Amino acid sequence: MTATAPPRRAPEAGPGSGKTAAGRRLRPRVVERLRQGGLPYLLLLPAVLVELLIHIAPMFFGILISFKNLTLFYIHHWNSAPWAGFDNYKTAVKIHQPIGQALLHSFWVTLSYTLLSVSISWLLGTAAAILLQDKFRGRGLIRTLFLVPYALPAYAALITWTFMFQQDTGLVNHVLHDQLHVTSDKSFWLIGDNSFWAMVVVSVWKSWPFAFLALMAGLQNIPRELYEAAAMDGAGVWQQIRKITMPSLRPVNQVIVLVLFLWTFNDFNTPYVMFGQNPPHQSDLISIHIYQSSFINWNFGSGSAMSVLLLLFLLVVTAVYLLVTSRGRSENDV
Amino acid sequence: MSRFTDQPSPMAQPKSFLWTRRVVLTLLLGFVLVPVYVMLSSSLKSLQDVQGSFQWIPHSLTFKPYIDIWKTIPLAHYFVNSVIVCVSATVFSVALAIFAAYGVSRYRFMGRKVFTVTVLSTQMFPGILFLLPLYLIFVNIGNSTGIVLNGSRLGLIITYLTFSLPFSIWMLAGYFDSIPRDLDEAAKVDGCGPLGALFRVVVPAAVPGIVAVSVYAFMTAWGEVLFASVMTNESTRTLAVGLREYATQNDVYWNQVMAASIVVSLPVVAGFLLLQRYLVAGLTAGAVK
Repeated sequence: MTATAPPRRAPEAGPGSGKTAAGRRLRPRVVERLRQGGLPYLLLLPAVLVELLIHIAPMFFGILISFKNLTLFYIHHWNSAPWAGFDNYKTAVKIHQPIGQALLHSFWVTLSYTLLSVSISWLLGTAAAILLQDKFRGRGLIRTLFLVPYALPAYAALITWTFMFQQDTGLVNHVLHDQLHVTSDKSFWLIGDNSFWAMVVVSVWKSWPFAFLALMAGLQNIPRELYEAAAMDGAGVWQQIRKITMPSLRPVNQVIVLVLFLWTFNDFNTPYVMFGQNPPHQSDLISIHIYQSSFINWNFGSGSAMSVLLLLFLLVVTAVYLLVTSRGRSENDV
Repeated sequence: MSRFTDQPSPMAQPKSFLWTRRVVLTLLLGFVLVPVYVMLSSSLKSLQDVQGSFQWIPHSLTFKPYIDIWKTIPLAHYFVNSVIVCVSATVFSVALAIFAAYGVSRYRFMGRKVFTVTVLSTQMFPGILFLLPLYLIFVNIGNSTGIVLNGSRLGLIITYLTFSLPFSIWMLAGYFDSIPRDLDEAAKVDGCGPLGALFRVVVPAAVPGIVAVSVYAFMTAWGEVLFASVMTNESTRTLAVGLREYATQNDVYWNQVMAASIVVSLPVVAGFLLLQRYLVAGLTAGAVK
């Protein structure tokens, strides 16, 4: 795959590198025509090929194997795996059976995790972006520091949080129990009910700088005259934020919320690094759930069926979201 | 390259605003920086200290964890794996993105819109959706052709290069759009082919964008966990997976884990902070368009 780019580069760069006109006349007509009409396609070809190999083909392949009974036994000869028809899907959605029940549970956990994390991240990002809009001493430094969670490799940051949430040696219990005396015992954060909240906190920490970053850029596009006019009319800072800043940020917000939603809903890193392959029941996110059924239980067929269901859900949510927000936008314009 | 301009405030702010700003920004700074402080301070503690109750201020400082991390696990080996995989993925991803972005930016052809939408939307799909089939495809390619993709660095490189590709194409196309077409037209008049114009005129003019895209591609690959955990074996393991080995059955060497985390984070954080200005403008270009 990677070999496709360089060879094309050589002949094409030829004329550019100062070859004579005679050399160009010898070029077959087909190549010449390809150079004219087909060039954009040639330019795109390598990218299209890798996308096909890594994204598009696996997607269709995934749909195919979701209809098969693909277990460890058939991994090396997936062709010979027996057809399952809709069995994998039926098992996945039978909510009174253990598998369906677990999937549904995992879905609700993921949904609440996502909604919480996205709304808090958005809130923090908005607050930070607005509060850092005006110039004051130290603003540049704060902006840079706020981006640190975005820059740190996910697993390094997540391991650190895991350390902080350790029951005996962690900072969280030290502060809550030893220093503030808020809790009577040193609680467990990585197992039980608390694990869900620990995961939300970490997710917010990781996600909000993205909202901050995008909103900061969005704020740049609001014309200053708007604020000046509003100030002239006697609007205070708070009113300006409510009447000018927030409405102007709507298009940016629509993108941020959608992107954060999709990222968080598909989040694998956070539970995987914090809890390993067997997360606590309360923190059983859907991507880990699918990972388990595929790579721990070696049932690819059912794992794929769950993936396809997840994809369908996300497609529907995205479509509805885009419809609703774009309608809101056009109404606003009128 | 748009930068964050300093907008003088239109009017004097009331006390309530200033106080809100102080309080909120202080809390946020604490939230952001406490884990970084924990990482740094714990990496300088002895094992005995990290195994006791947490101390904000270390009793004594030691650099021993930074020496031990290389012995406890084959960290250097994982580091080399990560560097090879991430650098290759970055180079190929950016190269492919330059060609594709040039096509999208300079030509109007059938399927242009379909291409951009399809490529961008692949980024939205759950990674787990690709992982299972891709794993099987790699295993099957290995069985039928002998090209080992599963468990090899090559497989991981090909996979990673597609992660940043859509965004890189999108961002670079935007960059190329901002470079006047007259420039490459002039180059073509002077006898350059389209690709000559690309490499002699457009690419040099887009260096900041290419740098930003490269850093983004590198960061994406450097922090990836899911595919690394499935598609590597003992000899090709990357840092993302290897770091977990500081946890043995009896002990977790937390001071070494933190020291290793610092070492692993340094390349990307340094790169990010150095190129922050370009990155921020580039990463957000999409959101404000």
